[in-house]
Amino acid sequence: MKIAVLVKQVPGSESPLPIQSDQSWVDEGGIAYVMNESDNYALEEALQIKEQNGEGEVVVVSLGPDRIQKVIREGLAKGADRAIHIKTDTAGSVDPLVTASQFADALKDENFDLIFSGLQSDDVGMGQTGVIMGELMGMATASLAMATEVGDGKIKVKRELEAGWFQWVSLSLPASITIQSGLNTPRYPSLKGIMGAKKKEITVIEPSGGDAKQSLDKVYVPQSEKQTVMIEGSVDQQVEKLVDTMRNDIKVL
Amino acid sequence: MDILIILEDNNGNIHRMGLESIVAAQQLGSELGLSTGALVMGANADALAEEASQYNVDEVIKVNDPLLASYSADGYSEAVKQIIEQENPTYVLFGHTYQVRDYAPRVSAKLMKPFLVDNVALSTEGGKVVFTKQMFNAKLFSDVIPSGEGPYLVSFQSAAFSADNAASGSASVREGSVNLDASMIKTESEEPFQEEAGGVDLTSADLIVSVGRGIGKEENIPLAQELAKALGAELASSRPVVDAGWLPSAHQVGSSGQSVSPKMYLALGISGAIQHVVGMKGSKNIVAINKDPEAPIFEIADYGVVGDVLEIVPKLTEALQ
Repeated sequence: MKIAVLVKQVPGSESPLPIQSDQSWVDEGGIAYVMNESDNYALEEALQIKEQNGEGEVVVVSLGPDRIQKVIREGLAKGADRAIHIKTDTAGSVDPLVTASQFADALKDENFDLIFSGLQSDDVGMGQTGVIMGELMGMATASLAMATEVGDGKIKVKRELEAGWFQWVSLSLPASITIQSGLNTPRYPSLKGIMGAKKKEITVIEPSGGDAKQSLDKVYVPQSEKQTVMIEGSVDQQVEKLVDTMRNDIKVL
Repeated sequence: MDILIILEDNNGNIHRMGLESIVAAQQLGSELGLSTGALVMGANADALAEEASQYNVDEVIKVNDPLLASYSADGYSEAVKQIIEQENPTYVLFGHTYQVRDYAPRVSAKLMKPFLVDNVALSTEGGKVVFTKQMFNAKLFSDVIPSGEGPYLVSFQSAAFSADNAASGSASVREGSVNLDASMIKTESEEPFQEEAGGVDLTSADLIVSVGRGIGKEENIPLAQELAKALGAELASSRPVVDAGWLPSAHQVGSSGQSVSPKMYLALGISGAIQHVVGMKGSKNIVAINKDPEAPIFEIADYGVVGDVLEIVPKLTEALQ
């Protein structure tokens, strides 16, 4: 079983997000980056499938500038066998048709049985790359996976539907699956894993071209939809005012 | 037609987000002078066509094909692609449902046309069509523009438009046809099912105390439980808390959990990611406590407290007892 896992480096949930003066993107200098949350779950799922099968290969694939080698190393330290870095000068295009084509071109001769990716990135959040790749590579696709079972040349995926509903879908291999957060417990890299990662191979390749068919016109901080009453003061004052608000304004006490 | 709306089947009725995309199409159509049409397909196509024809769109296309009777990404993406090629619209509008996320990117790839997803607004100011999308878990917005020749695929977030504003009318219905082959469908689907709800019905609760990642760790969950008890409230949570295993999924509020509208929704350490907000923004009073003054939850809160939930919650419980 040969599994590719697409991982993306994105700003952490606590990171500041300064906007560039021309409003074209965030100012990358001020950002603390992490591995995209659902990609971390996708990686864990791939590692578990390999471990259960007792054989196979997990390859981390990422696209972006040099800074993304941090998440590539993290993937290798957790147990991926090798990595492919599609190297760009900038953060890359926001158009998933472009990025998915670049991933598909990079992987077309690898003959992966499975391509796993996170459901969507926590930065732009287009949520399409893994699904588009499946189409471009002639694979079956399923999104929002909450569990997987691999066997007999197939993968069974428990798909999350809306409002607490689920559905099992069986796909023939090869298949591209997008993974929902929460389906497993991602591991932390061990010290041995971190040391071992240094010897693992990272193949750096150039991206293929492609014209973006959508772009960001302007990035900005949203205006508040509501007038929010802020309750200020010391902790004790805040608590006192909160009780007062619940009693006299919301009238629930 | 210029604008094609793809309507989704929700147990024999048009999915609410489909009705919301009709409103988007009506706005875009009237501002730009474009014609509108709606597509329905699947086992309930006849009933959906009847329902769609009661809205102010120029026409409704219904596709009855045995291979579309149940949903598959392979079948639905191919059918929508063929209808787009036949009708040649400039805009193809969807609700950003879980089903649309599953197959619409494949339509985009088949046509090599852009899919602008999960938008919260559209503007046609000065003849320039701009869609607005949330990024970075709703902390920033971005105006997104398509380029090149259409068609452009566009989806809208839940509640971006109000279904109540869909103008009624009487549209003609015609049969559409697609050319599908059973060999195209590479997946087999089982019946949808619901997981055991565990007896937590949040939908009828008057008061809800809800915990997010900001509660820090599983050992802190009792702090929220005690506050809920002191208020006589139900305990709910955002997705990360369920993902971490701190509370069972029956407590989850949001797009993949329950939708609630209590008299008071007290959000403890919840950042306000859109997947959560769609499940609780109908609450009459939203009170948010969060240490990050920039947290998006404050955008929709009626009352906000910037502070550490671990400090405030025990004192609040004590004051209420």
